[in-house]
Amino acid sequence: METEATTTMPAGVGPGSLVSGQAGAPLVGTAAVGGSIVGADGSAADMLAQLGRSETELRRFLHGLPGVDQVGAEARVASLATRSIKTTAKLWALEMAVRMVDLTTLEGADTPGKVLSLCAKARRPDPADATVPSVAAVCIYPDLVPIAKRALAGSSVKVAAVATAFPSGRASLAVKLADVRDAVMGGADEVDMVIDRGAFLSGRYGLVLEEVQAVKQACGQAHLKVILETGELVTYDNVRRASYLAMVGGADFIKTSTGKVSPSATLPVALVMLEAVRDFADLTGTRVGVKVAGGIRSAKDAIRYLVVVNETVGESWLHPSMFRFGASGLLNDLLMQRSKQLTGDYAGTDDYSLS
Amino acid sequence: MTWDYAPAPESRAIVDIHSSYGLFIDGAFVEPTDGSAYKTENPANEEVLADISAAGPHDVDLAVEAAGRAQKTVWGPMPGAERAKYLYRIARIIQERSRELAVLESLDNGKPIRESRDVDVPLAAAHFFYYAGWADKLEYAGFGPDPRPIGVAGQVIPWNFPLMMAAWKLAPALAAGNTCVLKPATTTPLSALLLAEIIQQADLPPGVVNVLTGAGSVAGAALVAHPGVRKVAFTGSTEIGKDLQRSLAGTGKHLTLELGGKGANVVFDDAPVDQAIEGIVNGIFFNQGEVCCAGSRLLVQESIADVVVDKLKRRLATLRVGDPLDKNTDLGAINNAAQLEKIRSLVEEGEAEGAVRWSPSCTLPARGYWFPPTVFTEVSQAHRIAQEEIFGPVLSVLTFRTPEEAVAKANNTVYGLSAGVWTEKGSRILWMAGQLRVGVVWANAFNRFDPASPFGGYRESGFGREGGRQGLAAYLDV
Amino acid sequence: MSEQRLAVRKTYKLYIGGAFPRSESGRSYVVTGSDGAFLANAALASRKDVRDAVVAARKAQPGWSGATAYNRGQVLYRVAEMLDGRRAQFVEEVGSSEGLNHKQAAASVEAAVDRWVWYAGWADKVAQVAGSSNAVAGPFFNFSVPEPTGVVGVLAPQTSSLLGLVSVLAPVLVTGNAVVVLASEKRPLPAITLAEVLATSDLPGGAVNLLTGRVAELAPVLASHRDVDALDLAGAPPALVAELELAAVTNVKRVLHPDATEPDWSASPTPRRMLAFLETKTVWHPVGV
Repeated sequence: METEATTTMPAGVGPGSLVSGQAGAPLVGTAAVGGSIVGADGSAADMLAQLGRSETELRRFLHGLPGVDQVGAEARVASLATRSIKTTAKLWALEMAVRMVDLTTLEGADTPGKVLSLCAKARRPDPADATVPSVAAVCIYPDLVPIAKRALAGSSVKVAAVATAFPSGRASLAVKLADVRDAVMGGADEVDMVIDRGAFLSGRYGLVLEEVQAVKQACGQAHLKVILETGELVTYDNVRRASYLAMVGGADFIKTSTGKVSPSATLPVALVMLEAVRDFADLTGTRVGVKVAGGIRSAKDAIRYLVVVNETVGESWLHPSMFRFGASGLLNDLLMQRSKQLTGDYAGTDDYSLS
Repeated sequence: MTWDYAPAPESRAIVDIHSSYGLFIDGAFVEPTDGSAYKTENPANEEVLADISAAGPHDVDLAVEAAGRAQKTVWGPMPGAERAKYLYRIARIIQERSRELAVLESLDNGKPIRESRDVDVPLAAAHFFYYAGWADKLEYAGFGPDPRPIGVAGQVIPWNFPLMMAAWKLAPALAAGNTCVLKPATTTPLSALLLAEIIQQADLPPGVVNVLTGAGSVAGAALVAHPGVRKVAFTGSTEIGKDLQRSLAGTGKHLTLELGGKGANVVFDDAPVDQAIEGIVNGIFFNQGEVCCAGSRLLVQESIADVVVDKLKRRLATLRVGDPLDKNTDLGAINNAAQLEKIRSLVEEGEAEGAVRWSPSCTLPARGYWFPPTVFTEVSQAHRIAQEEIFGPVLSVLTFRTPEEAVAKANNTVYGLSAGVWTEKGSRILWMAGQLRVGVVWANAFNRFDPASPFGGYRESGFGREGGRQGLAAYLDV
Repeated sequence: MSEQRLAVRKTYKLYIGGAFPRSESGRSYVVTGSDGAFLANAALASRKDVRDAVVAARKAQPGWSGATAYNRGQVLYRVAEMLDGRRAQFVEEVGSSEGLNHKQAAASVEAAVDRWVWYAGWADKVAQVAGSSNAVAGPFFNFSVPEPTGVVGVLAPQTSSLLGLVSVLAPVLVTGNAVVVLASEKRPLPAITLAEVLATSDLPGGAVNLLTGRVAELAPVLASHRDVDALDLAGAPPALVAELELAAVTNVKRVLHPDATEPDWSASPTPRRMLAFLETKTVWHPVGV
């Protein structure tokens, strides 16, 4: 993509100008997202076509998105964290959270044995209680995908593979795409890619966009999650912009972190990403999911995330098809709290199997 | 799939509400001598909470005399460092008994427990902590080498933040060496009475603080008129404030007033939109909008007005109206029947004037005083709902085109208490702050309070400041 | 029973990074009362302990100054509560260290507690007294805010073992500095007990570090240390002052020069000791649409 010295701008572009939509009502949320870059039918594909035309237009669009006030965003999250979720509501949340877990192992020391153990836990989190649902997916390195696929055959648990030179993303596009194809050929149902943070932070947004598109293509039928690595993006403004880049590029899900960098997922970051998916759905009709990964250890944390989802994008996102937790230790804490809700007694860690 | 949060009620049992309360005079709870009694109720369900004494003129005499004695013989001569330690004690005990105070406040006022727990009570403690620290440093406060107290302060407070207002009045007055006679609002006496018990626990010398519950027209009027009261502080409506100012004309009494407002929340097209929405919601629905500095007018730049209103309406769908003691409640009950009637009447007026009324769907309890969150669009400066203080959960939305027009509209009011400015441009924030004729400007924020931050109004929103170094001025004879 | 019962004597160690280690040198020295009686073996700190203390202080300083002023005030007020609760122990230690009778020692300890409370109340007020908005001749909003200097080395007074110590420590701490204190050489015991109070008062570890030992050995190390931003020489032996001030020049430390003789610590303080360890930052911002 060339950086053009001059661009022919579609009529009405610029912050604050409402598009005169041809199909149906004026697009709500347009002006709040920096101008009328959406085409006649307002679809994501159309948006991609226009923005993909020039680095300048892409930058103008991203930098025209409303800013995020850090203090205000964190205050909103703090207020939502005071929600008191009790009894039936708590049980519902705990079970939904279990169903939303992408049970994860991403260690250099992973072996087939480790993956088999993980898959067994994913399928049946509590050997003593068949009423506990399976988790959504396992999340592993791509070379272990075939093993996971065999172990999970016949179950509803998906196999998600990280790819694109996870976690750093520092490799050529060719290498990254080969990584993706490997995972897909191995049978991965889902691919978790990382964006090129170096490109993002040096302002080469077009490159980031191109890579997402290319990976989406290479995914074929597999569902794509795009990891933003929000800990490296640092500002909420960057999180918002990267969210849009990923969504415009074709992400099915946007994901906070690799879990290998601190900070990983935080509630304010999740808030900003959920606001982005909400606005994107308004703008284009496309619903993108959100995955929070890394640092979510307790059931209490998980429930706080569900409250943020509920009160930002609404209950239609409260489903494993639209929201996931990338975690490992979280699962047992969810089981422990569930057991407390059901029996009234506090459990101990040995009451739950290791993954 | 709806995820109902399930009831999460805070327990009433934590606080012991007596069946009846006396007046707190000279360190003890006593029966009125020439007063009477009335009942205070829970506005969420109209249930009677307790019998309250109503002070008569002679009770006022007794209280003012006790305060005068205490000021001359004990509190005035006491070294500032010792006064400080009493105030620290009170602050500490408020912290220790915070849960009781929060529950009691929600029961008597109708505000959500989340707010009384997270805002009212902590701020009350913080005011005592802050002013405790000034008691022994008055020579550094910028009022001269040895600033003296005035004497006995007569303090009349409203029902919207009963405990917090008591703290805002008592803490600086006591720190400066004055003694106090406090008259809480008629409908919200309980937290002030619990504060009196806390004051006893702190072993504050008798007469330093006195609490006279009762009617504004009887106890309040007698208190401010009393010759032994040389300093009057009032927070309440502009109408009553003016009555009070009239009654003091020619007396030479020190007076500070914190009155009504019609705050403008100004949202520019480069605002951080999602946080601005939160600021708008907080600005008018915090404390049911029963706030003098509420952002009751939204002035939104015309180019983004549709977007903002749409986002606001969607956001209001998640606002939870109901039982104040439920920890998930966002909007509680209106404090009293008279106020509810005022709100209803002005809202009807708004519709009659041609503004467009909207509320999210919500179920209001059958008993109690309730009003749904309400947004009026297509409001003009000439509408009554753009000029008059409603003091309820009702937002009037107006538009503007340029910063100058925003300033003109924001300032086009007799009030001058607060304003909000939402933009990412720093120079514009500072320019707007300079142009707005208000005592408090919140930039990319709203309803932020701190004992270190002076608060008060311009013009008919009153005069004098509470909080900060400036807050001492009202209570020093300088 | 009490005459026959053997007391369990306290061990007096250093206070570094929130913990109580012995000196890395393994040394100790005898502390006697004013009557020459044995009181305790105190740790004899080394230059390496000074180094460790400075590292701990630097690590803790951003968190301590980053806390809200309200929070710092609350922590310091808590320290006063703990101090007051342990009044009797301090009265005994101050009395035996300084040769005071019970009444004198009690007065000194009570003054120390009240002194600490006075400083606690300054946390959220210093900015209002030492800061300002400034009316510059142009379309700018201009404001000045006081900020803590950073890591401050404090030589505690030699004679007044608690009141003097509190009078030099509290003002440095309340504004957000982190401190390395050299206790009075001959009267260090109340200082270590104060450190125990600090450790149980929600004060972040490393915000205050306290060393006991030979002033002549340790003070030059602090004075020449390039990661120490300022020095309070209140307890410096007069013969050493010039040398210490010379050593401090290496990184342009701010130095509070001591009075010729140890002052009467019971006199009312002024904001001077807080202002000495504050920097002023002035910010300009245009005002315009």
